[in-house]
Amino acid sequence: MARAEPARGAAGPPVLEIVEISKRFGALQANDRISLTLHRGEVLALLGENGAGKSTLMSILFGHYRADAGHIRVAGRPLAPGDPRAAIAAGIGMVHQHFALADNLSVLDNVMLGSEPLWQPFTRRRAARERLRALAGRFGLPVEPDALVRELSVGERQRVEILKALYRDARILMLDEPTAVLTPQESEALFTVLASMVAQGLAVIFISHKLGEVLRVSHRIAVLRAGRLVAQAPASECDPARLARWMVGHEIDEREAGPAGSPGETVCALRGVVTAPDARAGRERLRGLDLVLRAGELVAVAGVSGNGQRHLAELLCGVRAADGGELRLGDEPLRADPAWLVSRGVARVPEDRSAVGLVGELPLWENALAERLRTPEFARGGWVRRAAAREQAERVLRAFDVRGAGAGSSARALSGGNMQKLILGRALMPPPGAPAPRLIVAHQPTWGLDVGAVDFVRGRLLQARDQGAAVLLISDDLDEVLAMGERIAVMHDGRIVGDRSARAWSREAIGLAMAGGGDAARAA
Amino acid sequence: MRLERRDETSRLALALAPLLAVAFTLGVASLLVRWAGAPVGRTWSLMFAGAFGSVFALAETLTRATPLMLTGLAAAVAFRARLYNIGAEGQLYAGAIAAVMVGGLHGGASLTVPTALLFAATMAAAALAGALLLLGPALLKSRLGVDEVVTTLLANFIVLLAVSALLDGPMKDPLAMGWPQSVALDPELELGRLIERTRLHTGLLAAIAAAVLLWALLRFTVWGFDIRATGANSRAAAFAGVPVGWTVVRVAALSGGLAGLAGAIEVAGRTGYVTLDMSPGYGYGGIVVAMLAGLHPLGVIAASVFVAGVLVGADSMSRAIGVPTYLADVMVAVALIAVLVAGLFARWRLRWR
Amino acid sequence: MSELLELFELLTSPALWVAVLRIATPLLLGTLGVLLCERAGVLNLGIEGIMVAGAFVGWLAVWLGAPLWGGVAAAALAGAVFGLLHAGLTVGLALSQHVAGLGITLLATALSHYAYRVSFPKVTTPPTITPFAPMDWLPIPVLAAQTPLTLLALLLVPVLAWVLNRTPAGLALRMVGENPQAAQAQGVGVIATRTAAIVAGSALMGVAGAFLTLAAFNAFFFNMVNGRGWICVALVVFASWRPGKALAGAVLFAFFDALQLRLQQADGGGLPHQFYLMLPYLLSILALVLVARRAAYPQALMQPWRKGER
Repeated sequence: MARAEPARGAAGPPVLEIVEISKRFGALQANDRISLTLHRGEVLALLGENGAGKSTLMSILFGHYRADAGHIRVAGRPLAPGDPRAAIAAGIGMVHQHFALADNLSVLDNVMLGSEPLWQPFTRRRAARERLRALAGRFGLPVEPDALVRELSVGERQRVEILKALYRDARILMLDEPTAVLTPQESEALFTVLASMVAQGLAVIFISHKLGEVLRVSHRIAVLRAGRLVAQAPASECDPARLARWMVGHEIDEREAGPAGSPGETVCALRGVVTAPDARAGRERLRGLDLVLRAGELVAVAGVSGNGQRHLAELLCGVRAADGGELRLGDEPLRADPAWLVSRGVARVPEDRSAVGLVGELPLWENALAERLRTPEFARGGWVRRAAAREQAERVLRAFDVRGAGAGSSARALSGGNMQKLILGRALMPPPGAPAPRLIVAHQPTWGLDVGAVDFVRGRLLQARDQGAAVLLISDDLDEVLAMGERIAVMHDGRIVGDRSARAWSREAIGLAMAGGGDAARAA
Repeated sequence: MRLERRDETSRLALALAPLLAVAFTLGVASLLVRWAGAPVGRTWSLMFAGAFGSVFALAETLTRATPLMLTGLAAAVAFRARLYNIGAEGQLYAGAIAAVMVGGLHGGASLTVPTALLFAATMAAAALAGALLLLGPALLKSRLGVDEVVTTLLANFIVLLAVSALLDGPMKDPLAMGWPQSVALDPELELGRLIERTRLHTGLLAAIAAAVLLWALLRFTVWGFDIRATGANSRAAAFAGVPVGWTVVRVAALSGGLAGLAGAIEVAGRTGYVTLDMSPGYGYGGIVVAMLAGLHPLGVIAASVFVAGVLVGADSMSRAIGVPTYLADVMVAVALIAVLVAGLFARWRLRWR
Repeated sequence: MSELLELFELLTSPALWVAVLRIATPLLLGTLGVLLCERAGVLNLGIEGIMVAGAFVGWLAVWLGAPLWGGVAAAALAGAVFGLLHAGLTVGLALSQHVAGLGITLLATALSHYAYRVSFPKVTTPPTITPFAPMDWLPIPVLAAQTPLTLLALLLVPVLAWVLNRTPAGLALRMVGENPQAAQAQGVGVIATRTAAIVAGSALMGVAGAFLTLAAFNAFFFNMVNGRGWICVALVVFASWRPGKALAGAVLFAFFDALQLRLQQADGGGLPHQFYLMLPYLLSILALVLVARRAAYPQALMQPWRKGER
């Protein structure tokens, strides 16, 4: 692994000083007296697991939030808190994890916003276009200024995000989990751009939870845990084990998939499945997807998000109907009907737990029973059998360790991890007398969770597999795919472009397949 | 100063919201009364007396509360499912016309049918008319994404013009000496009086029963769960297997049906026939009632009595000391906005920096 | 054949087009007002009430001695005040845009009626004022028969198009309606921008109402707005949120409205007159349905935005 060049301006006065920043959200202390410095030409990595407080700190720096205590100095001058305008004027630029771009406007519009005074009765578009092209060339970020953002790929959108900051003369650039949506090859391209920026005197803060990248790209690494800065060291003195220990506070054993039995009968088969793109949701679709899921086998689907994973998940969860091809569950055709799927033993874990998985306003017990309310055990003649329903709900909450304010409290109050446990519990734990699920569809089940919750979720998925269920795990996170899948299928442009056992894949080959190259011809 | 979300909806704040709204409304209205040059204290006492001060006044108030209760329930159930039915006014008139068509004209036929059956048919026709009227905008929304607020609002104007045309033409009462009013309902179908020598009729009991039934439906049945889930988060509801499209249709039928019934009960209980001015905005008033009640069916009972009291009391007060009756309309509008703001504090906490 | 000739004569008669422009003016002004609000991401259902308030305040100002343009300014101010209230509720407090808008319509209408009765307790026929005179000094035929407010409305179309598409303020307004987080990340104050858009849009709505009392008619009647506000809300969708198309939509709509009046006169005793009166509302619903699938909504329309929410 090549290490980054030593920072040139690292000896000079700090370009950014964060002093004793603290921030509380309700009962959660998101940042607790954090102090950091940053120098010109330096890449500082901010490492920590989900929920450690990295994004909060960056949002405070950029003025999205106001700190409760502490202050910030840029090039020696105090920074006015809570105002993105002040941050931009001071030379701070932020590349958000979820891009702050307007789909219906052009690249140029998105970049120019806020760069001219509001009282001006005209805009200087030609000059702006020239300047944008010059910047793009200088830093190696090619874009088409008059293209509409909604027509751009994810990688291209990220380039626009970066150019937005550079256009406003950012001297300090913060990137929040920039490689989460990129292929390995695109990530490499990004690292080259970062090196070029640093060589030209910018300072970069790189937020990530991926140890490998952080060691590769940064000069110095700062580790956050539960809102506190627990360690800071030059990258050359760190190794993955040490960083992991700092991140989590104790030794962690990366959960391995463990020995799998031999897969049993086919539980679900998709052949030539086609879906049409949604009117206003980009170009994602399926173009003839083939996939076979067998009992007792965990298939992990890798790929950059936006290549059809959402459609695949929605098909198997019953919220979307295919526009062509064949889908079978056991020996019946698969129906786009959630209640039918649940009755046939399909356990579903959606990507967006708070917007799709649960109804926030309703109490926990109603959420826990939502999928099964139309069955005779829990409803009779249209009337809900409340006692039976609450009993089953309590069972699920207990078995899956869902910590909240009781079965009658609203789902909105749950933390992300507990929401996921509830969704998992309701899917994996049928009422007594009903059969165990035979197919589990999990879409990004560990996104945004802390290490403890991630471990819990993965453990339950593996347990279900060991009990004979077919498990489909769709994940953006290549590390997760490699750790969990005994068979790995790669999606690109609406098809499965590679489907083999995990041992037959290398990280590089998967990266190539994710980008559409390499073994694109081989399908399962 | 900013707003911070509460972890749990504060039940106390939720219960206090309507009271705070009413207090604020009285405050603003007092300013308006001063502007009109009338003594504030006397105005309020006249208003209260006019609404609740005697058996007759109370009967008047409850009479006015009856259609408000039904349109309030119509709005409450629709809003719970995020179907913004602003067309209750039109649905009320459609129900009234349908009621007279079946119960007065007998649809043109001349059979003899037992009274009870005719009564049931009359009410059913009214509910059906209201339901069908709302079904169109509801389907336009769920299939084509057309905002139902505008379509239901425009439909009100269309319905009123249609009723006007019917009253000028085929449904005109030939004995009414030129006033546009409809053929009368069969006298046997008229509702009985609850209190002698007042206008209060048994329709009030029907309205209260409807409120209780709606409450039970929402709380204890699968259909009620479907409605609440669809209104709270239709994507999550669909994921859980709630038939969202079918739920919207059922809610539209229920809401429109209730509003249509309001019209039929007004005809059967109060007027006996349809006129163009039989509803002084009950449809829109129902929305305010629903909001004041926090979209809770049992709360609608109290809220409709309150709003009816304001309307009746203002009429009576206006005759006595000349403050324009439009004060009632202002109060109802201010109450709506005030309860909207007050309800905010049930879910959000105010933080001083 | 003679019927075709009659139709042709009707369609090319200046009288028809004079009526078309006159009917279109309040619709155009109102639609432009809604357009500004919705482009910034906020649905303003207070338009019906704001038009009533604008009609009343404009007329009252002139009755009390102000010049006609003073009345227009007063109406705009009244609209702006209600717009500020709407912004406070929907942008400041992020309350339901539907309910807040309806509340404002009810409030503005009720206040106008109340104020009218308090000011004129005993009149039965509404007192009249001298409205705007036609612009005889203009050499253009159909336009010369219009009042200055119509000219103002027509001029506003290219002006608003310019502001929206070719000024930094317009870009900020559009961005706030597409992705407020992105706007904030570029240093554009979302609350301030949305509030400004709503206030400006509501001022235009007020002027739309004033047109009715200061140009089209010469007195304030109850029910004079009669659903025009809701028609404007439908027209904005039909116009794809663009000023030029708003003009086209308003003129098209006014054309059918003017036509139905003449058709009614020609028809005699055929269809009941109420049917003809229904046409504007039916057409509006039809317009909404026709563009429904293709509607390119401002992406953040009707989504509340709260600063710094986790």
